[in-house]
Amino acid sequence: MKSAVIVFPGSNCDRDLAVAFEAATGAKPAMIWHRDTELPDDLDLIGVPGGFSYGDYLRSGAMAARSPVMQAVAKAAERGAYVLGICNGFQVLTESGLLPGALLRNAGGHFVCRDVALTVENAQSAFTSRYDAGEAIRFPVAHHDGNYFADADMLDRLEGEGRVALRYTESVNGSARNIAGILNEAGNVLGMMPHPERVIEAAHGATDGRRLFEGLVEGLLARA
Amino acid sequence: MKARIFVTLKGGVLDPQGKAIHHALEGLGFGGVNDVRAGKLIELDLADCTSDEEIDAMCRKLLANTVIENYRIEKA
Repeated sequence: MKSAVIVFPGSNCDRDLAVAFEAATGAKPAMIWHRDTELPDDLDLIGVPGGFSYGDYLRSGAMAARSPVMQAVAKAAERGAYVLGICNGFQVLTESGLLPGALLRNAGGHFVCRDVALTVENAQSAFTSRYDAGEAIRFPVAHHDGNYFADADMLDRLEGEGRVALRYTESVNGSARNIAGILNEAGNVLGMMPHPERVIEAAHGATDGRRLFEGLVEGLLARA
Repeated sequence: MKARIFVTLKGGVLDPQGKAIHHALEGLGFGGVNDVRAGKLIELDLADCTSDEEIDAMCRKLLANTVIENYRIEKA
């Protein structure tokens, strides 16, 4: 099983995500610099990590989305590789068009940094298969631009197609319909603002995030 | 040739920055401010041969996110 984590200037959750990938897959992920134009062959899983890529210049994720490596990520997603974008990674995925909508400044204007309660809305996806539908879990969030926006038609479509993977149980940042994470149409790309990689070991204080990575690996093994 | 690109949030898209500015203006005692929307001004210094289509493409592909923003091009 081959995984990779994309590293942009300003990424700061890349190593945490690498630890989570390694714990789940048993192998170290390749760390891919943003200027690279090609990814290793046959990647199964690609992580787009949190942080402040390019200093959030212009819009969060805007510059990273246009970096050479993201074209390679889009190609990999097209052929079915799993792509997981967390926090700034979610912003990069919406800016690059791999996921619909946009992430606006938090409605309250404040940076939100705390644990939040989430509901697993879709437990059928490759990313959430180890959770129960409707299960309540807690992940940390740490973001300034997590306010998910899409027009009403797109929101209805996301809901109707089961593409809202995770939802906040209360308003955290003003997100439309309290959306915390969404899937692409094919179900192999997930973007989410909360950080599952920060809750995978007992020493983190909670392990709710571990099953996300384990479920992905299980799915990949079943697919192979 | 210079071009100025005005990027503004679409109507209906929440603007917390504009709200904060609004509150600050009120705090300074300025009454009568009904609403504040904040945007961006991007100035481009362009080769004279740059076509309008190219400038428009720059806006669509990078300078504005058309999911949430409008843009206006002003050539000087």
